[in-house]
Amino acid sequence: MNEKMSFGQKTLGSAKQYIKRNGGILIGLIAICLVVSFRSDRFLTYENIMNVLRQIAQNVFLASGITMILIAGGIDLSVGAVVGIIGVIVGTMINAGMPIPLAIILCLLIGAVIGSINGLILSRTTLPPFIVTFAMMTILRGATYVFTGGTTVRIDDRSFIAVGTGYFLGVPNPVWYMLVVLVLVYIILNKTKLGRHIYAIGGNQKAAEFSGINVKNTRLFVYTFSGIMGALAGIVLAARSYCGAPTAGNGAEMDAIEAAVLGGCSMAGGYGFIGGTIIGALIIGVMNNGLNLMRIDSYWQMIAKGVIVLIAVYVDYIKNLKKNQKAAG
Amino acid sequence: MAEQLLLQMKGIHKRFPGVHALKGVDFELRAGEVHALLGENGAGKSTLIKVLGGIYHKDEGEIFVEGQLCDIDSVEKARAAGISIIHQELVLVPWLSIKENIFLGREPRTKLGFVDFDEMYTQTKKYLQDFGLDLDPNAAVASLNIAQRQMVEIVKAISFSSRIVVMDEPTSSLSDKETENLFENVRKLTARGIGVIYISHRMSELSQIADRVTVMRDGEYVATKVVKETTIDELIALMVGRSVTNYYTRDYCTSEDVVLKVEGLCSDKVHDVNFEARRGEILGFSGLVGAGRSETMQAIFGIEKVTGGKIILNGQELQGKSSSQILNAGLGLVPEDRAGEGMFGMMDLKFNLTLKVLDEFIKGIRVNHGREQEIAAKGFQDLSVRAPGLDVPIMSLSGGNQQKVIIASWLAAGPKVLILDEPTRGVDVGAKSEIYAIMNRLAQEGVTILMVSSDLPEILNMSDRVVVMCEGTVTKILDHTEATQEKIMQYAVIN
Repeated sequence: MNEKMSFGQKTLGSAKQYIKRNGGILIGLIAICLVVSFRSDRFLTYENIMNVLRQIAQNVFLASGITMILIAGGIDLSVGAVVGIIGVIVGTMINAGMPIPLAIILCLLIGAVIGSINGLILSRTTLPPFIVTFAMMTILRGATYVFTGGTTVRIDDRSFIAVGTGYFLGVPNPVWYMLVVLVLVYIILNKTKLGRHIYAIGGNQKAAEFSGINVKNTRLFVYTFSGIMGALAGIVLAARSYCGAPTAGNGAEMDAIEAAVLGGCSMAGGYGFIGGTIIGALIIGVMNNGLNLMRIDSYWQMIAKGVIVLIAVYVDYIKNLKKNQKAAG
Repeated sequence: MAEQLLLQMKGIHKRFPGVHALKGVDFELRAGEVHALLGENGAGKSTLIKVLGGIYHKDEGEIFVEGQLCDIDSVEKARAAGISIIHQELVLVPWLSIKENIFLGREPRTKLGFVDFDEMYTQTKKYLQDFGLDLDPNAAVASLNIAQRQMVEIVKAISFSSRIVVMDEPTSSLSDKETENLFENVRKLTARGIGVIYISHRMSELSQIADRVTVMRDGEYVATKVVKETTIDELIALMVGRSVTNYYTRDYCTSEDVVLKVEGLCSDKVHDVNFEARRGEILGFSGLVGAGRSETMQAIFGIEKVTGGKIILNGQELQGKSSSQILNAGLGLVPEDRAGEGMFGMMDLKFNLTLKVLDEFIKGIRVNHGREQEIAAKGFQDLSVRAPGLDVPIMSLSGGNQQKVIIASWLAAGPKVLILDEPTRGVDVGAKSEIYAIMNRLAQEGVTILMVSSDLPEILNMSDRVVVMCEGTVTKILDHTEATQEKIMQYAVIN
């Protein structure tokens, strides 16, 4: 067929598809940006935009893992607690004088182990992921408090702190990490067999089995990946905040799920795109930033955020309803 | 038979955005008759039934129930008018008991206002006995088999004192014996003066159960015939709008090469299964529901655990291997439950058509989109799938076209042996005939087909040989020259 599409046409096609998939929330994002920029001159400054991007980086790490898990038909409530425990572990390691690259690699490995425990349980049994990862979250939080006795681990090592606060080519380091993660997840989901398998097991686990897909290992992979993303977020947050706080990442799993779902991921599995998740994370980030710039009371901010999520999900629901009616007719 | 008219539907129109689903359909039902409704998928049968059941509201037309004009605009109103619909997917609550299901939403109360379970029990017992059902009213619906659940649905309909009962494909998952039971109970209904509207794709059943038949096509009323005065060929011609010659296509296999050999296969559900399949052969598997046919296939494909015996494909032993290894060895399985096990409903046709051969166009992180498109387009064209394009979700296709896509997705992998479990269930007549032609063509190209089917005419007309199973094992293998309905039944109930 039209195998030899020119590059320009191809890009145009992808852009069209991207807008078709994410048009609704893109308009939402632009609308929010417009409102905020009218109300505050500081919003559209280079400094503030970089600030927003740096702030959403942590959420994007977690949401990248969550996106894959949601597509595969699962959920992971434990990533926020991974952020907490990794923060105190990395702080302790750095304070004990461990070389920074070694500490980072070890922490990413610990994240992978935590994720793979989730993955092993969830791929070898039929226990519900909601409960299993909730239990993991509780265990990790408890372990974090046991480990620290409830106190915060202060970090003074300048070069470690630079991991989270430094700049490269005028762009904050976490933003670079975020770009790398986004590209990586995009490649896995769209360019590899593994990606197709992830969509397949979330779309219909039985049919995936009948298609000769190794459902167990695919599921093990997504949870392990999510654990690594939790660890990455934990390391970057510790470096940015000069400490490993046992409460760090409290509720972060919810922000990540929110970003993924705003970005079009189906909680029922089989559907979702990393390109949508980033917009979801941007909406949350811009809202946080904008509401602050507009000096709105933080309690009111919570209410405003809840309402906006409801509106976004409702718009999506109406869109799907229309699509289904078309299919039925 | 009483000639009293129970139901009259006149000039019913129903429009959906972009679709004129019913174009002035007439239908009538007499007391004590079974009136079959026939038509291909998409002919408007379900829409008509949903209008009758108050799920859709008609745009034009009149409905008379026992001579009275009746504006059915809600499910409650339909029920009050004495109309009960037994849907294809049963709608009982599995973890509630039979009695609770029957009285769901209208539980009898004691004087104190609590639910009167004793009264529910007594009444349910009486209903069940009326139909000769030896079931405990306290049993959970989940513990019943499909035939029993269906009977509970019928009993529920009766308990509403319905005069009009609609049955949508009631026999699609029943064995012949269970079907016979069902028919007996349907006759009990008609003996009480109840009218039954009967929807089925199994033409052979009509002569057994129906008095009259109305044919629909493309949302239009075509004709009403007395069953005794018509033939299956005539009905098919009315349904598809042309006469279908060679409904079954079959050139029998002559090869003697054994491709697949199953020796003493055992799993939790089957024991000591033995058979051989030759190159280009269609091997039919017949038996009652629960005889272990699908379970045998799942054991061969590595989905059910094999506990003993050998599966040899072209000299290679397959028992104990994973499904992906078995797939690569050249085996394919099109499962019985299309939506539940065979396809990825929300995904587009391209995804469904290429999932089994990802290796052919994805190397590491390089995706050859041209090749992907080619594979999908080939499957699409080879099996003449009717769909607007490769990018529509498979869910939006008719049953027959879904089945074609699933078969095509396996053919892409180039199987030597293809297992088809109930290949034409829920598929309309036109597409059925196409699927038979496809099966015949594959067999001629040298693909061995194992076909599990509960449709006896299909087994008799398509198989080179028929493997009859009963209670988890093979009881007889019949050559197509000697296979008859009676012989198959004889070995299907032998134990």
